[in-house]
Amino acid sequence: MRGFQHRLSEFDARGIRVVGISVDLPEANKRQSQKLGYTFPLLSDPEAKIIRRYDVLHPGAGPKEADIARPAEFLLDSNGIIRWVNLTGNIAVRARPEQVLDALNQLSPGGQ
Amino acid sequence: MKRKWNWPIWVGFAVVIVGLSSFGFFAQFPITRDFPWANFLIFGIGAALLIFGLFLAFGRPQAYRGKIFGSIFAAVAIVLFAFFSYVIFYVLYQVPASAGAPHVGQKAPDFFLMDQNGQPVGLGDLLSNSKGALLIFYRGFW
Repeated sequence: MRGFQHRLSEFDARGIRVVGISVDLPEANKRQSQKLGYTFPLLSDPEAKIIRRYDVLHPGAGPKEADIARPAEFLLDSNGIIRWVNLTGNIAVRARPEQVLDALNQLSPGGQ
Repeated sequence: MKRKWNWPIWVGFAVVIVGLSSFGFFAQFPITRDFPWANFLIFGIGAALLIFGLFLAFGRPQAYRGKIFGSIFAAVAIVLFAFFSYVIFYVLYQVPASAGAPHVGQKAPDFFLMDQNGQPVGLGDLLSNSKGALLIFYRGFW
């Protein structure tokens, strides 16, 4: 997500709001945001309700076998319709900002 | 005659430890995380030094030490490398299929969650006065 922070202005320029979602509590997210200088929101889903609703739960993969989110990225348009999805097959390989920016360019050439 | 210190074994083993322990550092950057070539490179350097040290120990045992501890270090290094490879080529691929995740063209499920300042944020808030939103689900830092 560092990469997304580095290129956040390009998402801002396209009117795309970037948010992170995990099981971390707001206090942990606040520490993390401050430590890493994130200026986009980190949303807290401690019971993994929304994570489950998006079917991106990784059961038992967290500390003490807690359920956490698997890495996944969803790009929505202004009507809330999903326009691009990335469901990685490798925990270490996440979407890079340039992939999402490329997808945005293909969906709406000219950045409009 | 006093036998010489077999430095390639010690240095090679230390390099192997670095190859394993530096994964957390290299995992910060996509270029060294997507495939951990930097760690494999370090493991390779460590292996080359260990092999060189073993050649000295077994080839010129009258001049160099290290037949016993060199063999032990090499065995431990192989176990560490096997563990690292197991994580990289097996554990990291154990991701749920997420077959029920919303598809392109579907409406994204609504949500209402607390942000890092304890303020509730809904999907509607993200989509008002914007051209869209990018939801990044991540494992978390706990």
